[in-house]
Amino acid sequence: MAIEVRIPTILRTYTDGAKQVEGTGSTLDELFGDLEQRHGGLRARLVDDKGLRRFVNVYLNDEDVRFLDGLATPVKDGDTVTVLPAVAGGASVAG
Amino acid sequence: MLTITRELYDKIVAHARADHPDEACGVLAGPAGGDRPVRFIPMQNAERSPTFYRFDSAEQFRVWQQMDEADEEPVVIYHSHTATEAYPSRTDISYASEPNAHYVLVSTRDEDQTEFRSFRIGDSEVSEEPVTVVE
Repeated sequence: MAIEVRIPTILRTYTDGAKQVEGTGSTLDELFGDLEQRHGGLRARLVDDKGLRRFVNVYLNDEDVRFLDGLATPVKDGDTVTVLPAVAGGASVAG
Repeated sequence: MLTITRELYDKIVAHARADHPDEACGVLAGPAGGDRPVRFIPMQNAERSPTFYRFDSAEQFRVWQQMDEADEEPVVIYHSHTATEAYPSRTDISYASEPNAHYVLVSTRDEDQTEFRSFRIGDSEVSEEPVTVVE
């Protein structure tokens, strides 16, 4: 058993095109660290020095981790983590 | 080139008009790899703003999951500009995250005439494409 991670189209360059990868860890932060071992460069697209990137949505099962504990959210075998880039834009520059 | 039915085209324009002066946004889903939009999915603009849009994250999760289960993809991602032209802004370009999607921009700045244009956005580059409306 492991944690299943669903990767959006735009980040599949880091997973050799795979839609799903597996990883381990007891928190989201550890899971991303584990994925980085096999999918170099992926972590930097998800996380910056302030935490989760603002325009990346990460869900544990079906809950946005921003409403849980962010990177400190506990994860366990059998969970599914889904990454989706936020769909955003607009006429003016975002604050 | 974007090929779109009159019905879907009209639904996007109606959504943009209804939410004016806030920006409206949504998705047209279609069979994966088919490049033809078939299903209209208006989304909430979580920002409720005249100058910015962002899909509500919980709604986006549900919609993306439904598309995945139906073997669909977001063929079109649309939003409106309500005071400026229907051309991708710097913000639109920097946040564009679906490399295979057609980005449709609608401008409602003129009460009587709606601009409707389609773009490909990838690697910070924008290219406009023709829009063919079919019955």
